[in-house]
Amino acid sequence: MATPDDSEVLKAPYALQYTYTRSTGPVLGHFFAGLMAGRVLGARTATGRVLVPPAEYDPDTGEAVEALIEVGTAGTVTTWTWVDAPAESAPLSRAFGWALIRLDGADTAMLHAVDAGSPERMATGMRVRARFAAEPRGAITDIVCFDPVEAS
Amino acid sequence: MVDVAIVAFAQRPSVRNAVGDEVELVQPVIQQALEDAGLRASELGFVCSGSCDYLIGRPFSFVTALDAVGAWPPLCESHVEMDGAFAFYEAWVRLQHGDVDTALVYAFGRSSLGSLPIILSQQLDPYTVAPLFPDAISLAALQARALLDGGRATERDFAEVACRSRRAAEGNPNAQLRQSADVEALLGAACLRPPLRVHDCPPISDGACAMVLATGERARAIASARGRAPAWVAGVDHRIDPQDLGSRDLTRAPSAKLAAERAGAHRAPLDLAELHAPFSPQELILREAMGLGPQVAINPSGGALAANPMMVAGLTRVGEAALRIHDGRAGRALAHATSGPCLQQNLVCVLEAR
Repeated sequence: MATPDDSEVLKAPYALQYTYTRSTGPVLGHFFAGLMAGRVLGARTATGRVLVPPAEYDPDTGEAVEALIEVGTAGTVTTWTWVDAPAESAPLSRAFGWALIRLDGADTAMLHAVDAGSPERMATGMRVRARFAAEPRGAITDIVCFDPVEAS
Repeated sequence: MVDVAIVAFAQRPSVRNAVGDEVELVQPVIQQALEDAGLRASELGFVCSGSCDYLIGRPFSFVTALDAVGAWPPLCESHVEMDGAFAFYEAWVRLQHGDVDTALVYAFGRSSLGSLPIILSQQLDPYTVAPLFPDAISLAALQARALLDGGRATERDFAEVACRSRRAAEGNPNAQLRQSADVEALLGAACLRPPLRVHDCPPISDGACAMVLATGERARAIASARGRAPAWVAGVDHRIDPQDLGSRDLTRAPSAKLAAERAGAHRAPLDLAELHAPFSPQELILREAMGLGPQVAINPSGGALAANPMMVAGLTRVGEAALRIHDGRAGRALAHATSGPCLQQNLVCVLEAR
């Protein structure tokens, strides 16, 4: 039986990958681009509510949001809990708090981690500020976590 | 409207770690429900299941599970990647067409195979929340603290729900947690995710259940041959709150309120309500949203705090309510199922004897 030599065998590279890219769209795309620049953008609805993180549509009316506007990188904790032993997937490897945080200028709150050191330093109403990643990738994780802002 | 009734319901005891694959988990309850209704699989007009491939980490495991119904003859079949209660809703809608008169609904879940609280994070917004991997218990804790901060409940209220639920489950051989220390002892425990303690959280459960629906005369014939009252579906409705956790008032469940109204919950007094509230504070939110007063017995089965097989616990609420209509313990009952984080989605079904 003849064995085909290498030159006769059709070859093609094979890499396991998604062969498409996906856009995050006109609202989240700007939001993530903003995070890469250390800014936070919210979506203003027709009724004047500012949604952070932004949505393309007002969840109450279904209408498209009107504009993206910049909000603060500091905000107020509206509710929180504490994780003593973080899972490997958690944003921080040491004990931290989860919180809903309403950024200054926003009407809704975003979920993120608070690096407070201990639950005694967590409280509803506490002030926190975003800590941005040194090497942003255009994702929600470009905010590493929030740090407590000490009252002056 | 076509009158639809639940005529048979079967479930297996929930356990922390079931032996066998999903087909082995669900096949016995399907068999039991069909036998209980006197039906063969080949006679079914429609089949609908609820399950989630993320739990065992294998795509199309719900297709594999069809082996439990039988590979031949071909079935008219559908599936929801949700709790079986939502498959029940689809079956009810299918029966409204009037061309078929029976349906099988089943649900199965092996919650034990992975890190369930982390797996559930992947149902959240894929861009702004899921990449942070918030665990399901932490999200429930955010909701619980909002209740406390708003002065709407106390940690004692949470513990009372947990204690009452698990003591009610003493009479339910299918429940997993069937006893509770008293409230004082519960409150002495440390928090798991403050303000939630372990007793405020559901167990991790593997389980399965199956239900047979039938319409009009067929339902009456099946039920009367077995000496039971058909559990007629007086109303069913499913509503959803916004997916963004931080845009909701987590202490309220407007979608549950709306679903209860649309399902006709308040048209006549209710004897009992089976609520799918995996975390103890959520029962308080649901009772208020649906206007369930002290005259309505809540979760006589023990509810999801006593056994919480994912994708099964909601359909089990419907089944537990139906069983109480079947044997005359209740004349009118509400069953509720939830999906998503912090009671985002709510389905309400009202069952009655006629």
